[in-house]
Amino acid sequence: MSLVDEFQYGLDAPICLTWELTYACNLSCVHCLSSSGRRDPRELSTAECKALIDEFERMQVFYVNIGGGEPTVRPDFWELVDYATDHHVGVKFSTNGVKITPDVARRLAGSDYVDVQISLDGATAEVNDHVRGPGSYATAIRAMEHLADAGFENFKISVVMTRHNVSQLDAFKAIADRYRAQLRITRLRPSGRGADTWNELHPSAAQQRELYDWLVAHGENVLTGDSFFHLAGYGEGDLPGLNLCGAGRVVCLVDPVGDVYACPFAIHDTFLAGNVRGGGGFTGVWRESELFTELRSPQSGGACESCSAFDACRGGCMAAKFFTGLPLDGPDPECVRGHGEPALAGVTSVPKPSLDHSHRRRPVPVTIGMRRPPERACDDSPLAGFGR
Amino acid sequence: MSTEDSPAGFDLDGPWRLDDRVSIRPERFGALLYHFGTRRLSFLKSPTLLDVVRGLAEHPDARAACTEAGVGAAELPRYRAALSALAASSMIQPRRL
Repeated sequence: MSLVDEFQYGLDAPICLTWELTYACNLSCVHCLSSSGRRDPRELSTAECKALIDEFERMQVFYVNIGGGEPTVRPDFWELVDYATDHHVGVKFSTNGVKITPDVARRLAGSDYVDVQISLDGATAEVNDHVRGPGSYATAIRAMEHLADAGFENFKISVVMTRHNVSQLDAFKAIADRYRAQLRITRLRPSGRGADTWNELHPSAAQQRELYDWLVAHGENVLTGDSFFHLAGYGEGDLPGLNLCGAGRVVCLVDPVGDVYACPFAIHDTFLAGNVRGGGGFTGVWRESELFTELRSPQSGGACESCSAFDACRGGCMAAKFFTGLPLDGPDPECVRGHGEPALAGVTSVPKPSLDHSHRRRPVPVTIGMRRPPERACDDSPLAGFGR
Repeated sequence: MSTEDSPAGFDLDGPWRLDDRVSIRPERFGALLYHFGTRRLSFLKSPTLLDVVRGLAEHPDARAACTEAGVGAAELPRYRAALSALAASSMIQPRRL
């Protein structure tokens, strides 16, 4: 049996586990997959978090991807990082950089067991701040400077690919090289607040092709979180990585209140397997929940099964389909063979989100291109703003 | 074997050991290996290879670890290639006597 087949049927413990520590966040990114902003009062306590880490250690989960929200705003964040690494559970955490001071950077540089991932969604402030909010580019770059100054090599710069930044791939790579970091790019999902902005932000068909060609040419030193498996449908060059959907099979998400979902992009009741506060703990949910058992059984590919690309893309991303209102056995909304658009045209309703921790003042995207005054008065169309 | 292909340039007659920063998780197909220093994941695609890797530190050379795990002469080149890939990704290290 190939490894991909082995993984389809699930493992006794996840290979990789995402743990969102808090829904609290200082930012309000317009594509936030967990609709973060405000802390949930039912958040796991420090003691509950430590008990969960003990469980990860017993299951031999090698490392956890900690995110949020902004995980570093939890007052016990560093205590939990130390507790995990003392218990042989490595930590890779995602941050917007807000707490990465020179002191913190020096501490982080001293540990083999902690890796840092700075989120950056534009190679320029204009493109980044459009989705992540004013000042967020400067915060991220300052954090990178501190990490580089502290001698932290190979930290990650994590980029969600959008319509506005596909053309900046080389520039992202240059930023990563400048700070001796590694570039990680992932796919934009219509999850959380991403559902509201997906139409505006998801790459065009031509940009998907550009991204694929770039990955085939540069992919060896670029991480993808195996998130672009729908692009494997192009089938002309091998994408690095496993390229399969690991939801509930080799990956899952634990959210701040202990709910376990099939994957980080599937925060919805439909993909909720259980809660770590239940009698069986995390282990019980992972090994025995109905949802995960179901995901580990052979899945129907529906109409996609007759497509010659099916063996490569496996029908694409479950979360992307679900949140755009497509059937789970239908094509991915960004199907590279073009089956997504006709399917989307027939969608009459999309699922309502189950959770929303957004700040009460909804984020407003910063308009790209509106900051620079026109070169000459006539460069601005007199009809600008009308007819939209 | 391991997921990476490799040339057969591996010293079967030298002493080897698992890197201290590598953690092994046995699986029904073999094992998962994770290196905390390089942060890379590897797969051992057979339980026999797992026995070989675990036996490295207790044997004078890699060949003896293979023999002990039941690897026959005909299979030895495949196991040598797998060990070579593990050495290339720093999962295993030459052992100082």
